[in-house]
Formats: sequence, structure tokens, C-alpha cells
Amino acid sequence: MTLSESTIYDVTHLLDGTVLLLSFALLYQRRLFGVLSAFALQSLVLALAAAWQAFANDAPHLYITAGIALFFKTIIIPLALHRIVVNLGIHREVETALGIGATLIVGASLAALAIVLVLPVTAASVALTRENLALSLSVVLLGLLMMITRRNAVTQVVGFMSLENGLLLAAVGVRGMPFVVEISAAFAVMVAFIIFGVFFFQIRERFDTLDVSYVERFRGERH
Amino acid sequence: MSAVHFVLLAPLLGSIALALVPYRRAAALGNVAVSAATLASSLSLFVVEPYRGTLLFVDDFNIYLVVLTAFVAFTTSLFSSSYIAHEVETGRLTPNELRFYHAMYQAFVLTLLLALVANNLGLMWVAVEGATLTTALMVGLYRTHEAIEAAWKYFILCGVGIALALFGTILMYLAAQPVMGAGLAAMAWTELLGPVAQMDPTILNLAFVFLLIGYGTKVGLAPLHAWLPDAHAEGPTPISAVLSGLLLNVALYAVLRFKMLLASNEGVIAPGPLMISMGLSSLLLGSVMLYRRRDIKRMFAYSSIEHMGIITFAFGMGGAFANFAGLLHMTMHSLTKSAIFFAVGHIAQVKGTQKIADISGLTASHPALGWGLVLGVVAIAGLPPLGIFMSEFLVLTSTMARQPLLAIPLVLGLLLGFGALILRLQSVAFGPPSGRTGPVTASLLPLYAHLVLVLIAGLYLPPPLVAWFQTVARLLG
Repeated sequence: MTLSESTIYDVTHLLDGTVLLLSFALLYQRRLFGVLSAFALQSLVLALAAAWQAFANDAPHLYITAGIALFFKTIIIPLALHRIVVNLGIHREVETALGIGATLIVGASLAALAIVLVLPVTAASVALTRENLALSLSVVLLGLLMMITRRNAVTQVVGFMSLENGLLLAAVGVRGMPFVVEISAAFAVMVAFIIFGVFFFQIRERFDTLDVSYVERFRGERH
Repeated sequence: MSAVHFVLLAPLLGSIALALVPYRRAAALGNVAVSAATLASSLSLFVVEPYRGTLLFVDDFNIYLVVLTAFVAFTTSLFSSSYIAHEVETGRLTPNELRFYHAMYQAFVLTLLLALVANNLGLMWVAVEGATLTTALMVGLYRTHEAIEAAWKYFILCGVGIALALFGTILMYLAAQPVMGAGLAAMAWTELLGPVAQMDPTILNLAFVFLLIGYGTKVGLAPLHAWLPDAHAEGPTPISAVLSGLLLNVALYAVLRFKMLLASNEGVIAPGPLMISMGLSSLLLGSVMLYRRRDIKRMFAYSSIEHMGIITFAFGMGGAFANFAGLLHMTMHSLTKSAIFFAVGHIAQVKGTQKIADISGLTASHPALGWGLVLGVVAIAGLPPLGIFMSEFLVLTSTMARQPLLAIPLVLGLLLGFGALILRLQSVAFGPPSGRTGPVTASLLPLYAHLVLVLIAGLYLPPPLVAWFQTVARLLG
């Protein structure tokens, strides 16, 4: 089956736009479980986007990236974080450093910034790639914003992974980019190590909360 | 199989094997043996034909960093074996943690070497990401409040840093793809160098900004340096030595490769001024922050920020002379700073503290160790006749010749750093001894080996080495 250019264009836009929309959804959640579900949904759409690119551009290796996004980030990580939150009795409210309304306004301006930055610069590139790049830079910036404005370690990790979703979205959208699979695998290993292996259990050993601002009291010089 | 494969294979197999060895002595010895094998195979790169494949390559620039990395990794493994023995005796590390530590040490060396010999932007990125992961895990090894906080901060800040570097890498590919077509060639250093002239300069500009911020975070350039002092202070001291001596260099190597690429395109912004301003701000920040340090490892971490600033400044100036100075300073700083951390590691173990206020009179209580530290600090402060004096002098004269105004902040930063180091050195090394005065059981061989090399380089640089650095300096443009 051959697809017309306009079908490819429309479906890709739809999927990329949905990923960005879910980045905003991540920002306005007030409960931790809501954050986890929104993240799982975002990863699912990312998996679909990667699979779509694999299908449309005849690049079968991207199916592996889609598979990693689907099994690892849509199912295993959200479930594991869910278990951590339940078992360790972490506060189920999202603790914010900046109010939700203000975060959304900043988020919208960041998305605008990404578009203003990328579109003129890439004027000579193929249309699809440009817009894909602008959308994924927005997702990256929103992930950064989430890491900055949310205090809890769980939400910071989710912010990091959502930032990473934006990067993978950019990588699968650029036609024929090598090493996408390796890159997605490297990210997966990093997050897996961080989440399961070390930090959560160690932080839990010492503190009753995973609130990073509490950890930060120990910052600086020893006295 | 070429020599370059052996360089990577040794730490890879070593890492797997050391993960399985439960005996402390055997593991420490194994770590030294694997590092020695890596060093030997890296030296063999000099005699074989330069390798140039699709994924890996060796040229005049990276070969010298590969050998430097393998050498410091080897001496640090010697230091590590006596350091770790003490940590196990005092119960700070369990056997399982020890196995983990040794496996991660070799995995870290592997990622550094892979980043250096990678002939592919994507592969290099994966390697730098791996280096971040392995060191973050080792920084948190002691599981104290401070160690966990340091590891968390390191993971968050450097995670964001490498994420931005990846975005820059994707943009690089986006610029290359219309000119070179899809596929591996569009991400290979050796292939990109020619066609880069025809690429869209605006995309290259944007890519370089992301790459400089991204990899610059790992170099520890101000204002992206926040992770560096914590990571150096709270992890095991061998890790501080390889962080300062090796990881910062490798991150800077990545920036320099991209700078070389951009130099062939006429339409792009000059990367120099960006690097000069980041370098100078790191130098000034690092040297000012040296004054109020109370923790000895943290103090030398700020000194690393200062010196990476000088090196970035030198490469930002560009030109054969400044590049030569930058390369020399990179080498001298690696050797000196890791030597200082070897000394500091033993001092902290003997005294049982890292607080500067609790350490004094080291030259009286532990002459060999104390004088080793004095020599190291004198070297890092830039006093003649040691190697760093030479390289700083070269940086300064090339600045004087080309941009005399920039010499003012440069000299200011150097003097500030010098003052702080000498001030602290007096109380730590001289005066009446305080605290525990138990004997040092560890071998001081790695410490003095580095210092002797730095001294020799300050007095006499062998002509072949000078010629080599000159070739690389020309390559850097």
C-alpha cells in the first residue's frame, strides 16, 4: 500500500501535536497518579509516532524504538513508579514550586519560543521536518519546565523522561537518522538504573519523603 | 581486529569480569591489571597504521587524549587499590559495593575511550551519556545524605545537559542530511569535514549553541557548573581524580570536534567568542569561590572549574599558538589535578576528615605526603618551573599578542586563584600538626609519578612531543 504525501503529513502532525498536548497535560496534574497516567499516555503516543515513521518511511529499525517506548515507558516505568509511590507512602499530591496557572502560561510561551526559534532557522528544510522539530523542541522545553517547577523526585524523573520523549520525537522525525535505536536504548538504561537500582531506595532509607527540597537542606559545605 | 578495538575490549571485558570477582585483593589487582592492559594497547596505537573505520577512528588529536586517559586511569587504579583497602577496613564499603565500584570504574573508562575514538556523533553521544550514568552511580556510592544529594544533582543537571547535546546532534544531522544524504556517513567526523562548507549555516549555529551548552555542562563551565563541586566532594576520591583528570577533558574534546567542523563553514558565527566568555567566567568564578571553601575536595573541584575555564579560553582564542597552549594545559591539568586528588585522598583517610580547618602541619607529621601535596598545589597554582606555569605563560602571551584587553580578566583570575591556593596551603601543610598522626600505609608512587612528569614537562618538552602538539594545534584551526 502506498500512502499519499498528504496522508503522511497529516498523521505525523496529529501524533506530534498529541505528544505536545500531553506535555501540557503533565503540567496541570495535581495528583501524582494523574502525572503517571499522563506520562504513560504520552509514551504511548510517542510509540505510535515512531511506528508510524517506521511504516511511512520504510525504516524498520524504528519499530524497535517504538517497542522500547511501548513496553518500557508506557507500561513498566509507570507501573514501577506507581508501586514506589504506594509502597513508600509518598505524598500523593504534586508539590509545586510555581502555581499551576503560572506554569501553564510559562509553558505556552516556551512552546511559542520554540516555534519562533526553529521555523525561521530551518526555512530551507523539508516542511515536515521543520514542524516536527518545532513541536519536539516544545516538548523538550516543557519537560525542563516540569523538572524545574516540581519539587518531588518522582515528578522530576517524569519531567526528565518527558523531555527525553521530545528528543526521541525529534530523532524519529528526521529522515534516516542513524543511531536512533541505540539512543533510545541508552536513555532507557539510564532511567532504569536511576529509578530501580539506586536513588529511590536510598533516598527512602534516609528520608521520610521524596521531596527533593528536603534533600537540598544538606546542600553545601559540611559543618 | 585493530589496536583500537583492543583499547575498548580490555575495559569492556574487565568490567564484566570485575563484576563477578568477590575477593577484595583480587578485584583491586584485577582492576590494575585491566587498566595496564588498556594502557599498553593504547600505546600500541602509536606504532600501527591510524585506524579509520565507519564507527571508530584514530587521528593525531584523539590518540593523545586516548593515551592520556589510559595513563591516568592506570595510575588512578593503583591509587584506588590502596584507597579502597582502607575504605573496606573502616567498613565504609561492603563487598557488594566494592564489586559494583570496580565494574563501574572499568565501564567508565570504556565510555571515555569510546567517546574519544568514536567516528560518529551519535555513538559519541551514547558514550558520554554512559559516562554520566556510571559516574552518577559512583558519586552516590557512600549513601550518605550528601552523597545522595550530590548524585541526584549530578543526574538531573548532566541529564539535562546531555539531553540538550542530543538535540544539538539531531540538528547537526538535519544540516548534514540534505547535502550528504541519509545514513551513517552524515554523522561521521571524517566524512562531515569536507561537505560542511555547503551546509545551512543557520542550522549549524543553532546546533552549536545546543552542543556548547549541553557538553559545556559536563565540562563544568560557568554558569552550568553547579554539579561539579558536589560530585567531586562526596564520591570516593579515585572518582574525583578521574572526573577532574579525564571526564572534563573528554567533554571538552566533544566541543572542540564541533568547533573544528564549524570552522570549515564560512557562514556560521565564530564559536570563539562564546567559548572565550564562558571560559573567562568559569576562571573568575572558580578562583573567587576558592576563598571560602571549608572542604578540601570541594576546594580542588573549584580549582578544576578554574582550569577548565583557562583551557576553554585558550581554545576559544584559537590559532596555532593558543591551541598549543590549550593542549599543553589540558595535559598538565589532568596530571596535576589527579595527583592532588591522590594526595587529598590519603590525607582525608589519615586524618579522618575533609575539613580544611582540621588539617594542619602535614609536612611535619607526614613528610612524604605533605610535600607531595605542596608540590601539587604549587604546580596547580602555576609557579615555575612546573608544567602548568609553562602552559599558563603561553596562554597569557598569546592573549597579550592578540587581544591585550582580554589579558586583564585572565591575569586577575590567575592571581586570585593563586592567592587562594597559597593561603590554604600554608595552614594545611605547615604549622603545628593537628588531629590524627597515624602513619600512611599507602603507596605514594602514583602521586610522585605524576608530579615528576609535570616537573619534567616544565623544564624540558621533548621535541617530538612539541611537534605532535603543533600538528594537533594546526588541526584545531
